[in-house]
Amino acid sequence: MFGKLTLDAIPYHEPIVMVTLAAVLLGGLATLAALTKFRLWGYLWKEWFTSVDHKKIGIMYIIVALVMLLRGFADAIMMRLQQAMAAGESAGYLPPHHFDQVFTAHGVIMIFFVAMPFITGLMNLVVPLQIGARDVAYPFLNSLSFWLFVSGVVLVMMSLFIGDFAATGWLAYPPLSGLKYSPTVGVDYYIWSLQLSGLGTTLSGINFIVTIMKMRAPGMTMMKMPVFTWTALVTNILIVAAFPILTVTLALLTADRYLDTHFFTNELGGNAMMYVNMIWIWGHPEVYILILPCFGAYSEIVATFSKKPLFGYKSMVYATSCIGVLSFVVWLHHFFTMGSGASVNAFFGITTMIISVPTGAKLFNWLFTMYRGRVDFNVPMLWTVGFMVTFVIGGVTGVLMAVPGADFVLHNSVFLIAHFHNVIIGGVVFGVFAAINYWFPKAFGFRLNEFWGKASFWCWLVGFYLAFMPLYVLGLKGMTRRMNHYANPDWQPYLIVAALGAAVIALGIFCTLVQFYVSIRDRKKLTDPSGDPWGGRTLEWAISSPAPFYNFAIVPQIRELDQFWEDKQNGVAYVQPAKYEAIHMPRNTGVGVVMGAFGTVLGFALVWHIWWLAAVGLLGMIGAFIARAYDNDIDYWVPAEEVEKIERSRHAQLKQFQTTQVAPVAAPSRQKVA
Amino acid sequence: MLLSGCNMEVLTPKGDIGSHEKSLILIALGLMAIVAIPVIAMTLWFAWRYRSSNKQATYAPNWSHSTKIEVVVWTIPAIIIVILAVITWTSSHALDPYKPLESEAKPVTVQVVSMDWKWLFVYPEYGVASVNELVMPVDRPVNFQITSDSVMNAFFIPQLGSQIYAMAGMETKLHLIAREQGTYAGLSSNFSGEGFSDMHFKAIATSEDGFKDWIAKAKATQATLDDDSYKALAQPSEKVPVAYYGNVAPNLFVGVINKHMGEMSHDSMHGEMPMDMPHDAPQDSMQGMQMDMHHNEGGDAVSSNITPAKAEK
Repeated sequence: MFGKLTLDAIPYHEPIVMVTLAAVLLGGLATLAALTKFRLWGYLWKEWFTSVDHKKIGIMYIIVALVMLLRGFADAIMMRLQQAMAAGESAGYLPPHHFDQVFTAHGVIMIFFVAMPFITGLMNLVVPLQIGARDVAYPFLNSLSFWLFVSGVVLVMMSLFIGDFAATGWLAYPPLSGLKYSPTVGVDYYIWSLQLSGLGTTLSGINFIVTIMKMRAPGMTMMKMPVFTWTALVTNILIVAAFPILTVTLALLTADRYLDTHFFTNELGGNAMMYVNMIWIWGHPEVYILILPCFGAYSEIVATFSKKPLFGYKSMVYATSCIGVLSFVVWLHHFFTMGSGASVNAFFGITTMIISVPTGAKLFNWLFTMYRGRVDFNVPMLWTVGFMVTFVIGGVTGVLMAVPGADFVLHNSVFLIAHFHNVIIGGVVFGVFAAINYWFPKAFGFRLNEFWGKASFWCWLVGFYLAFMPLYVLGLKGMTRRMNHYANPDWQPYLIVAALGAAVIALGIFCTLVQFYVSIRDRKKLTDPSGDPWGGRTLEWAISSPAPFYNFAIVPQIRELDQFWEDKQNGVAYVQPAKYEAIHMPRNTGVGVVMGAFGTVLGFALVWHIWWLAAVGLLGMIGAFIARAYDNDIDYWVPAEEVEKIERSRHAQLKQFQTTQVAPVAAPSRQKVA
Repeated sequence: MLLSGCNMEVLTPKGDIGSHEKSLILIALGLMAIVAIPVIAMTLWFAWRYRSSNKQATYAPNWSHSTKIEVVVWTIPAIIIVILAVITWTSSHALDPYKPLESEAKPVTVQVVSMDWKWLFVYPEYGVASVNELVMPVDRPVNFQITSDSVMNAFFIPQLGSQIYAMAGMETKLHLIAREQGTYAGLSSNFSGEGFSDMHFKAIATSEDGFKDWIAKAKATQATLDDDSYKALAQPSEKVPVAYYGNVAPNLFVGVINKHMGEMSHDSMHGEMPMDMPHDAPQDSMQGMQMDMHHNEGGDAVSSNITPAKAEK
């Protein structure tokens, strides 16, 4: 009846897990009670859960990512604490079985359920606004993508309390991830949570490619697209090309575990090396999927806060495209030590280092954007400068490990751990925080508090260097990754410093939470009446903050790269049109939520081999989709009068703002190059 | 320099391969520093110089293109990468783990089996074996043949140089040479499950006489590594103390590889193997897969390990 599921699946004997469970249950109950008390269920359902508005979906992605960041970071703190303690005879406080799950969960959660939703959320929030569109191409699909992602999140969180999670490392190499060596449900949770969220990612990739290709405002040719949108386009092409490979790889692993096939075990001619190749053919583009939109965000931010156009726009676009293509021909550098021939290793090493050329060009372009600018160091710009310095170090160590001969002694060491945290924290996390601070006013209508934002930045920056520079040294001292304990007492001081670094980062995360709290409290004071708090250059800053649900009352006409900036220069930025037209909008739908819920049921049932429940989950998903397919009432028209009413109040607010302020949005007069 | 303050094993190599790799690391870092240091310096300098409160600095609000700068920022890194690419190509061939080392001295062969969670070292030329202790004479090349009797591991002695994966049903190769006597840390660098953290061994580089003595000591051990004792050893265990076997069944290593080949095992191995074959499997297929197929063909890159085991009989 319940497959492999029994009451023994709940880890009563693990006090850490049980305390967490109690905290989650209490927190969850308190949240549910508060929602009920303040009668927010209806509001949440109508305005958020069923919303197909790209802005709200983007915000929901980012909220889930922030919550999961706390979970993934809790894992990080546990690991750093364990390694700081477990020297010599000491076994630390985490037994191997628990520790192995912790580092696996940390990697999986940080990549799939933190970094990915941050990026997807940002693209959702920003891309349609930057291209002058009213929504994405397939609004319902967008909602479905989000809820499939959420079902993956739910499954991963359930694994903490019911059964266990994979203890294999975040890429679950067979044979370790096979049934013989991982007989529990851990790897199954891994598989199904990634399959569900990966499906969502692929669908949203398709959605954004179509949106960017087909829904740009008239006149916006490809070479007039904002850089963030360009990076989003390349990222989504990478998603559509790479994620199906992940899906297939995991499906074959599933077949090995469920159907007794041998794709990745030696019997009957299977081979684990095939898995290693396939997972990295997805895995390497994946890191560019994460970093490219961040490069885009930095580009927007550095131009805005330097009060100059981005230096070398074209070269930036070509560099992004180059990186996108090259990211597919470098995967083997993740396993130079698997016994390939020298020529194969050298080929992949060289393709990898070639990527550093366009990446380096990007760094120079940001540099020369600051050059002869008037740089304001608001929070987004601080993150950007912090990134530029930090990322160079990560790039250097990355190219170093692209040399096979060097990788032979650095591979799988904590030097590698330091390297990829260097580029993922220094590149992706810094970029996400820069972007959140930058676009927050557009989402909510008020800026984030500067003081707490800066405090957060400095904690993260200092914490990062404290936490990961010792790991570079330890890697050179021969320390390998994923160690539960170690005999060499020389390593301990470095690991204690690293743990302190993690504590400083924790302070940074705390500052971010305080920043949100303080900013919401002081939202009146931080309000953004102009819709253009930073002196922006791209279309999203032309409309009010928060953006109206239809984004643009009148679809803008594009003639220039930075159209809004040009309009401001020419004094035509805020001209009220004579007449408004009715706007065609998609209707909210709960089908995404329903399908996500059935998806969770399906995943859970498959993990525990509860076949009848799996059938319920699958049929539920299909049924909901069919019902949606026969629903003809999926859109509506916003009457011209309503648009006019909203826009009138916007223009009234703008006028009031412009008369009370001495034109802080107006740009300095044009000057020739000195 | 930051690095000189503490003793770093990877940067204090005790053998030729490690020395070569150390200089490769330093050369690569030096080359990259030509670009990296100016970029970091310029970032900080520009950020300071062009801060908005500094009205002395030139402001060029519309300047966004310079062909000269573009050419420089694409060309200089490209030149450095070309140099690094040449170094990469030559060093990858020079340091190919499969390439036997050139030496006057006669090489020693060691067959390495990674197990849950310990290392077995078989010395086929001497008919002895040891667990978690590897002894090698200095100045003589060691030819490692490596496989796994369990999940994937990686065989690594940081101070001697390169590591390589150990994989069930396959043989990987590694060639190292020690130039200084000493005891070095050896480990698995690829996570392999619960007992992984204790999966170290001592790698002892000793004199020719010391090596002979050690072989003699191992030979004098009563324990025999045959079918039964191998099975007992292969059971998952942690923190296994050093042990010696004075007598090792011939072809044990090939048997370990073939055990994981299922129906593809070579029938000629049947009977000689120290462990059970699946009796229902038709024994007509192939040798344990050799990971060095392409190496015998003058470095043909195409038949690398990306192609799964489909070698002809």
